Amino acid sequence: MATICEVTHDHIIEVNDFSFYYAGSDTPNLKHVNMPIGKGAVTALIGPSGCGKTTLLRCFNRMHDLYPGNRYEGEILFEGRNILDKNEDLIKLRTQIGMIFQKPTPFPMSIYDNVAYGLRLKGIKDKSELDGRVEQALKDAALWKEVGDRLKSPGTALSGGQQQRLCIARAVAVEPEVLLFDEPTSALDPISTQAIEELIVKLKEKVTIIIVTHNMQQAARVSDYTAFMYLGELIELGVTEELFITPKEDMTEQYITGKFG
Amino acid sequence: MNRQNRRILMNKVVMTLSSLAALAGLAFLFWILGVLLYKGFGALHWDIFTVDMAPPGREPSGLRNALVGQLLLVVGASVIGVPVGVLAGTYLSEYGGRHGKLARLIRDISDIMMSAPSIVIGAFVYAIMVAPMGHFSGWAGIVALAIMMLPIVLRTTDDMLQLVPGSLREAAIALGAPKYKVIMQVVYRGAKVGMLTGILLSIARIAGETAPLLFTSFSNNFYSTDLNHPIASLTVTMFNYATSPFEDWIDLGWAAALILTLFVLGSNILGRYIIRTKKGK
Repeated sequence: MATICEVTHDHIIEVNDFSFYYAGSDTPNLKHVNMPIGKGAVTALIGPSGCGKTTLLRCFNRMHDLYPGNRYEGEILFEGRNILDKNEDLIKLRTQIGMIFQKPTPFPMSIYDNVAYGLRLKGIKDKSELDGRVEQALKDAALWKEVGDRLKSPGTALSGGQQQRLCIARAVAVEPEVLLFDEPTSALDPISTQAIEELIVKLKEKVTIIIVTHNMQQAARVSDYTAFMYLGELIELGVTEELFITPKEDMTEQYITGKFG
Repeated sequence: MNRQNRRILMNKVVMTLSSLAALAGLAFLFWILGVLLYKGFGALHWDIFTVDMAPPGREPSGLRNALVGQLLLVVGASVIGVPVGVLAGTYLSEYGGRHGKLARLIRDISDIMMSAPSIVIGAFVYAIMVAPMGHFSGWAGIVALAIMMLPIVLRTTDDMLQLVPGSLREAAIALGAPKYKVIMQVVYRGAKVGMLTGILLSIARIAGETAPLLFTSFSNNFYSTDLNHPIASLTVTMFNYATSPFEDWIDLGWAAALILTLFVLGSNILGRYIIRTKKGK
């Protein structure tokens, strides 16, 4: 059984005996995961390639529903409701739980339209409200200073690091309660990586963050809680400092000291 | 002769042969263009655009009715062929899936349709439209050209939409966008250059078709915009005039050939230009 630390923050999400099967797979790709997510905290998911950390992340906004045949078991409670329920409104869920991808995904439109995209989906049409919220989102994503004077230029013309912050601005603009980061810096240079990490620490004042990362130092730098996963199982969830200094599970220790992975 | 010398000699022989073959291909292309430009420009005069077709020997005579008829046929075929082709391509890429059974079947059938002899398509439309109506008509011509256009637009749309990275679709869905909005606002935008080029090339392709029109819109010596009746087209006119024994008709045939070629060439160059300039950005 996994070692789960006490999460002193309020629990915004609770994963209870959760298993996940990819289409055509008889054995579960995630096995009986139990895990609380602290509200307003940063939780990092670490583990070797194929351990299921991205798979788990994509369950929180039901991204797996895009591909037929995938199957969930157990429950994921978000603010008390089971988001795996058949009647869950996925469009509403995804405005509450946003996602940032590994590679920047600016839409082929202007910087302004990129950030306004989610707002317009929500039905906001008022020009001055859109202007205000686009500006605020770009400021939250620490991008306003760089692009504030060229909102009409295409989002794809920005550098990789700027594109990723544009995607963060786009996600933040709709004021989600949770943001999922899927290895957000793996395609970026060290300076852009640092900017994104600082942003993540700043963002947690407003939003709960779950981040998948390959980089243990990154998990140590940005997160309050760290979950170590291996072969589809949650091995240990701990307060980040404790998990990296005094891991309770042998497997965690072996992984963070570089014995495998 | 040792092995090395033989190898070098063989290399030279193969290179010379393939260069000659390439040169021969180019030579024919420029020969065709050269003859066309010489004869076509020789026959070109302003009356062609302002005067209708006339009996042989009568001055002035032109191709106005054929130009207008051609325009109506091409525009009409595009109005049917483009939306249906784009929607079908969208189904294949966004709903049918890369490996879906129905999608694969449609792709295969469409590929077969693309290589179907155009005269067969003409005969088909003759059977389903002209014969029941009892006379040739512009509508039948439009339908025949639209059928020819459909597989081209469908295939390029499908291909171009599949080039749009899946991560872009996921990103839009992760923001809470319903699927149809993802397609219309994000995927189409990402693929618009390629789709536009495909549409342009398909228009160029059908503009040069004669065989399907012989059975359907036929031809008309008089100015007409009534699609319920036979209507003139540049291609059929060119066929009729070029095979006639009259000097002035043959000249007009060359002029028709030139106008048609310039249109098709222009669309092709425009299509390629769009690809080159937009892809660089």
